[in-house]
Amino acid sequence: MARDTITGSRIRERRLAAGLRQADLARDLGISASYLNLIEHNRRRVGDDLLAQISARLGVDSTMLSDGAEAALIASLREAAAAAGRAAGAEIERADEFAGRFPGWAAVLAGAQRRIASLERTVQTLSDRLSHDPNLAASLHEVLSTVTAIRSTAAILAETGEIEAEWRDRFHRNLDADSRRLAESSKALVTYLGENDTSADRGATPQEEVEAFLAVHGHHFEPLEIGRATPQAIVDDPRAALSEAAQQIALRILTQYAADAALMPLDRMRAVIAQVGPDPARLQASLGLPWQAVFRRLAAMPPTDLTRSAGLVICDASGSIVFRKPVEGFTLPRFGESCPLWPLYSALSRPNVPIRRRVLQAGRRAAQFDCFAIAHPLDPAGLDQDPVYLSTMLILPVDRPADDARPVGSTCRLCVRGKCAARREPSVLSEEF
Amino acid sequence: MPGTVLLIEDEPNIIEAIRFLLSREGWQVATHADGADAVETVRSVRPDLLILDVMLPGRSGMDILRDLRGDAEWRGLPVLMLTARGQARDRDMAERAGASRFMTKPFSNQDVLSAVRDLLDAGRPG
Repeated sequence: MARDTITGSRIRERRLAAGLRQADLARDLGISASYLNLIEHNRRRVGDDLLAQISARLGVDSTMLSDGAEAALIASLREAAAAAGRAAGAEIERADEFAGRFPGWAAVLAGAQRRIASLERTVQTLSDRLSHDPNLAASLHEVLSTVTAIRSTAAILAETGEIEAEWRDRFHRNLDADSRRLAESSKALVTYLGENDTSADRGATPQEEVEAFLAVHGHHFEPLEIGRATPQAIVDDPRAALSEAAQQIALRILTQYAADAALMPLDRMRAVIAQVGPDPARLQASLGLPWQAVFRRLAAMPPTDLTRSAGLVICDASGSIVFRKPVEGFTLPRFGESCPLWPLYSALSRPNVPIRRRVLQAGRRAAQFDCFAIAHPLDPAGLDQDPVYLSTMLILPVDRPADDARPVGSTCRLCVRGKCAARREPSVLSEEF
Repeated sequence: MPGTVLLIEDEPNIIEAIRFLLSREGWQVATHADGADAVETVRSVRPDLLILDVMLPGRSGMDILRDLRGDAEWRGLPVLMLTARGQARDRDMAERAGASRFMTKPFSNQDVLSAVRDLLDAGRPG
């Protein structure tokens, strides 16, 4: 059984919680107290038989002691240490020991790290909004320009000893006009900010809002399948509670969904799957439809129609992820860039050529997946126009691992693969983790 | 000896206030409110100092400044840039475009006067 490096710490924690002395537990187990001490300090690995005895004596399931339930916690601690920088002097290599000995404090620290990351994202979102929202920039410019005019004019009137009557009257009129304008522009700005209840106010990007919305529906929309609702009606539904920006993204996705459902109605999909199986290549050959449409449709099928749920990722030609449907075991980074070794990106170098790759995603729970990808133009390009490409990748879990699976990661920060030519930045996880 | 200051700014009451301040100090003040033909206006007015707003109708102050710095004749013209955005990257962008000084709105009259004096003094042969 694979065993992580803090099993001993968990044994110690459980023993103390049970009020047992180390010597007493050692005697019950038929081992020396010094040997148990080494185990509890993670300096000796504990075998399966001994672990079973210990768990029975402590009255807990052995998986409680051996499984990597704290993996995410430890990863967060390491991220916190990495974010603080080397100068902070955190003993990053002892994060697992810390999590094992002080699980409560570790959870507090990890929670603080997550909150900091969330707040940083919010600041970034607001900053981007200031930078890229032309309406907001124009509104702020208007307010600040008016304030500047008022400040300069008021200072002239207050600080200039002798001032001609004509100038004085003109400045008084200007002050009056500017103060009215400031009142109006401030009100307009507040209204604009209030009406635009964007994702920035919710601490999430519009894309994240849409992902949450799609996840709530299980990426399957029965009303669209049977033509009982339009995409517009679904995104307009107040229960969706989507911001304006998120509504636009969701509308685009659902419009595509409805088109796919019209091309490949559920009954037909079920019949073809019953005939040729859920293999994407056979399905495409049988349906005679574009690969990307088949990929999207498979990912939108109800889980009950497939033996295993399918994941889907779509990126644009810049590599930015524009859609993701997660699948268990395949880590899709929520933020930052994904692994450039994904077939999703390989497909971009060969547009219109479907590719199939067996991949092994490195990590704590390394797992294999069959990935099918194709880069395809979004619209037919006009004469002398460069087509706009998307790349779509279907991710299918596999039953039997293959020897020739290609190793890929999730994102560099969380990838332990060493000597990777595609690495952009160091990992926060150590190799042995 | 005071010279000519060209103020390119689209906010009329800021124009009026700055024109008043500089005129009282003895400078000739020319004004212009449109970015589209701002470069031509500089060439026509031939100022000793330019006060240039970043956000102008017709054309950005940054683009105007880049054009001027690309012309040998105006490469040394002291330029005071005015902007409503005071982030470090805006300042960097202004410096890269060739601004001599960068001032964030709302500024005080004294700030403007000091900046104009400093820039004109620095440009004069000692």
